[in-house]
Amino acid sequence: MNAYPEGLHGPIVHAATSAQPLRPARHFALKQRLSPGKPARFGVLLGPGLLLLYWSVLSATGWLDPRILPPPWTAITTAIELIREGRLQDNLAVSAWRAMTGLAFGVAIGVTLALISGLSLLGGYVIDGLVQIKRGVPILALIPFMILWLGIGETMKVTLIATAVFFPVYINTHNALRAIDIRHVELAETVRLSRWQFLRYVVIPGTLPGFLTGLRFSVTSSWLALVVVEQLNATSGIGYMVTLARNYAQTDVMLVGLVVYALLGFGSDAAVRQLERHLLSWRRTLGR
Amino acid sequence: MSAGVDFPAVQVRRLVRSFTVRGVLGGLDLDIAPGEFVALLGRSGSGKSTLLRALAEIDHEAEGSGEIRLPERSAMIFQDARLLPWMRVLDNVLLGVRGQRDRGREALAEVGLAGRERAWPHELSGGEQQRVALARALVREPKLLLADEPFGALDALTRIQMHALLRRLVMVHAPAVLLVTHDVDEAILLADRVLVLEGGRLAADLPVDLPGDEIGRRRRTTELRALLHRLLGVEDSSPDDHEADGPGLALGGQNG
Repeated sequence: MNAYPEGLHGPIVHAATSAQPLRPARHFALKQRLSPGKPARFGVLLGPGLLLLYWSVLSATGWLDPRILPPPWTAITTAIELIREGRLQDNLAVSAWRAMTGLAFGVAIGVTLALISGLSLLGGYVIDGLVQIKRGVPILALIPFMILWLGIGETMKVTLIATAVFFPVYINTHNALRAIDIRHVELAETVRLSRWQFLRYVVIPGTLPGFLTGLRFSVTSSWLALVVVEQLNATSGIGYMVTLARNYAQTDVMLVGLVVYALLGFGSDAAVRQLERHLLSWRRTLGR
Repeated sequence: MSAGVDFPAVQVRRLVRSFTVRGVLGGLDLDIAPGEFVALLGRSGSGKSTLLRALAEIDHEAEGSGEIRLPERSAMIFQDARLLPWMRVLDNVLLGVRGQRDRGREALAEVGLAGRERAWPHELSGGEQQRVALARALVREPKLLLADEPFGALDALTRIQMHALLRRLVMVHAPAVLLVTHDVDEAILLADRVLVLEGGRLAADLPVDLPGDEIGRRRRTTELRALLHRLLGVEDSSPDDHEADGPGLALGGQNG
């Protein structure tokens, strides 16, 4: 561009500015804009914040009977009490360990199966059908068999969570794998990538957006599966704490359990989204 | 593989390719000498992309026979820059090349993109992206450079700059080049030899023999342009109508 002498532009610019004042260009820019704009830092907290406000107002005005749902501040005071007794953090640690272990196994299985089924024809024939069948069987229906096979210990719990978790990762990773641009495959062939290099530089990064979407679903379902597992036959964990509280009609403790689940779900989803922003920084999208 | 053999760089014999949908090649012969710049013209469906894809060895879906001998190192430039969006510019240049980050930097500097090594592809303009693609081809030190309408998607000004850049780079690195284009002027400007493909066969094989003096040069260019337009079935009404591609060109005619 430097090849063009600057003098060429001079007179034209002056002619434009000396004309009568134009409407500010911003006016048009706003009209044309279709994207939602720049996101605020803690914007995701607005919805939960509004819910909390609504709940507080209902409780403070006496519209909400504390026997049905205790006010939010009771949750805080009860939580502080439970922490002082050591019950909350002990149970939380057990629950978090179960969910994370199950998640780790489930995600590893989901990704491995998706890669095999997406990259080899035979693998696709064998695995995809099986996975679709598994999808039709609700996780609750598996519990009796799981107990029969694995007992009622931690193995059964982690296995059940992993079983619930692997599907979203599998389906989203598999879809993303099949949607890899054929032009990128051609490029990989012309620059003579080995199979391993193709996997590393084209397949894995290209599949990452789909995988992360699956991971968000999986994280949520790991907590869901955890609730089911812990309320059935556990002697520790947040679910156990809630079940115990239910037997003694301690609505405040039940509420604390509920809030902890909500915070865990919200927090882990936020963590995955943060990971997404970091790993997919090369993307230019609407919702950045 | 023709490692060690110097001549020709590319040899094609009785090449036959057919697709269910795309163009066909019917027994094509072609030689390209080392360092020779060959432009390949033809209407849509004449088989020029088919030939290029056969030489790039990415025509897995094609049926066919024949022999192809290629130099050990070849590189391809596509119409789109085809950069991997998740890799920074330098990593794109070095895709599939081990180590040699300095070579990658040099190649980027050669195409005028020094200092942009860490940029993401989407941060570059279309012309800049295509220059990265050029650097990616150069870093492989190809003996054969295949280019499939590499400037077709660029604006006219950028295209002029890219022509100059490609000429300079080809001068320095001296690979054999096969450039598919639909732009007759581009072919005359860049190539040593122009081929016209018609129905999967070579309809013409013309050396671009431009005299040294300016006037003779212009006259010969005009002659060649007119000849090529006639071969391509385009009525040469004005010298600027060289964008035409395909037989369906009807100037001022009825369009359905």
